[in-house]
Amino acid sequence: MTVIVTEGLTKRYPRVTALDRLTMRIEPGVTGLVGANGAGKSTLIKILLGLAPATEGAAAVLGLDVATEGPRIRADVGYMPEHDCLPPDVSATEFVVHMARMSGLAPTAARERTADTLRHVGLYEERYRAIGGYSTGMKQRVKLAQALVHDPRLVLLDEPTNGLDPVGRDEMLGLIRRVHADFGISVLVTSHLLGELERTSDHIVVIDGGSLLRSSSTRDFTQATASLAVEVTDTDRHPDGTRAALTAFAEAGLTTRADGRLLLVDIRDEDTYDTVRDAVAELGVGLVRMEQRRHRIAEVFDNRPTGHDEK
Amino acid sequence: MSSEPALRDGSRDDSRIHDIGYRHYDGERLGRASIRRALFSQSLRGAYGLGRSGRSKVLPMILFAVMCLPAAIIDAVTVYVHLTKLPVEYTRYAIYLQAVIGLYLAAQAPQSVSRDLRFKTVPLYFSRPMERVDYVLAKFGAMAAALFVLTATPLVVLYVGALLAKLSFGTQTAGFGKGLLAAALLSLVLAGIGLVLAAATPRRGFGVAAVIAVLTISYAAVSSVEAIAYSRGNTGAIGWLGLFSPITLIDGVQSWWLGAHSAAVGGYGPPGVVAGIVYLLVALGLIGGSFALLMRRYRKVGLG
Repeated sequence: MTVIVTEGLTKRYPRVTALDRLTMRIEPGVTGLVGANGAGKSTLIKILLGLAPATEGAAAVLGLDVATEGPRIRADVGYMPEHDCLPPDVSATEFVVHMARMSGLAPTAARERTADTLRHVGLYEERYRAIGGYSTGMKQRVKLAQALVHDPRLVLLDEPTNGLDPVGRDEMLGLIRRVHADFGISVLVTSHLLGELERTSDHIVVIDGGSLLRSSSTRDFTQATASLAVEVTDTDRHPDGTRAALTAFAEAGLTTRADGRLLLVDIRDEDTYDTVRDAVAELGVGLVRMEQRRHRIAEVFDNRPTGHDEK
Repeated sequence: MSSEPALRDGSRDDSRIHDIGYRHYDGERLGRASIRRALFSQSLRGAYGLGRSGRSKVLPMILFAVMCLPAAIIDAVTVYVHLTKLPVEYTRYAIYLQAVIGLYLAAQAPQSVSRDLRFKTVPLYFSRPMERVDYVLAKFGAMAAALFVLTATPLVVLYVGALLAKLSFGTQTAGFGKGLLAAALLSLVLAGIGLVLAAATPRRGFGVAAVIAVLTISYAAVSSVEAIAYSRGNTGAIGWLGLFSPITLIDGVQSWWLGAHSAAVGGYGPPGVVAGIVYLLVALGLIGGSFALLMRRYRKVGLG
């Protein structure tokens, strides 16, 4: 069953158009929603939760019309906001129990679900302490727990890795993966970093200026966007090593563009790495660097088809 | 993410903790009315510090005791001195102790709404089945109920004392009933004013200051202008001036509608039926108006 469908969804405010005829389908699984700040992600979430009416078009979440069935949608959906939303002077348990009650769970059920959910997001003894003393990573887990406590069928996670250090980021991404893999809950996760969504999502949707830029499976996406940054030294035989390597890569059938001393090679498949290695060895130049480039959303935008530029 | 609890201690079979994995919830999901009730009772308990830290119980409990203490003393005096009537009218009690009620409102109204605004918890409520009106109804109802508990409990104490002193049952019950009605109206009006002021700012301190300022300044202004009117012999004006402060407004309503003696300077309540109706309409308008203002306020603080 399709989780989210939008059809010509448009939201106009007096001065800006936040969503512009957005049409897309999101299937069960983990879907990454990518867009720069102001691309319309927050507006989309508001409409999907039935909290703001669309100017035109229609949308359905879990088969329910957002225009008329807001409360029913919100009973079955969890939402984790981007910003801080936790009172510092209560414990995680008290807070999540209260939020479970606000989702319509009876007192006993709320307490049981809270204990389960906090354990699943990785909060143990500390759940009885006041939230004010938590690290950012722990706070993010509490925010995730309150979105999951009523056992929704879909969660909307708004920038869940914001403010986390690399380790915390990896843990959060792993947790998001588990929400779908182990809990069977579909996830729509937003980020402005394409790289981290590549690792977590089954499917990626890119919106820009309120309209759909791209929607495809993560596999297609990675192949189209990943590249290898290569830097080589000069030798006596090749006074301009970079140029020599560029030529050699082209002969080996790789698509490469030079960026100063950096060569960006499109990764087609696993063999690309070997081809680069062999070509460099053949030339006899030194390999200073060879690393996979994580694409930021801006680069996807640079590569977008012409004709989309004018708005 | 380690959800696998200690399995190291595998030798003690009977005490091993098993990770039973994720369990779905297929129990009952209550509707909006139940959610509203849950928020109402949580907020009402919170207004007396129940379910919160020990420190937050201190002030509301002290104020509650201060509200009841004079009533207990009056009871004692009435019983031992064998008075033929209570020295204080039921309807006048809240007016004597208005400073205590004002303090309570100033402390608890921001507690009830500013926290959710300051810590941006409001979007979490609105991402759940409840609607804006449910949140406002629950918070408004809880604040009014908390104030009613504060203002009606001493009346109960007075009433019990009056019956123990074997005062006329009919007269006392009628007076007590009127006192409760006036306390309910007072609670609704003050809850509305307090919440609107407190919800205007996420800063709790500003909320506290605003509530105290509005209550005391308006009362002081009305009293002094009344005194001036009285000294010039303009007694007709006194009856209208009460409209401009919450406490004197309630005093006006109860002196016209419930036949209470007005606490205004010289005892001049609303002059005539028209004035009385105006007082009642203004009181009801204040309640409805604050509800509308709260609804507007929360329209802007949906998902941030």
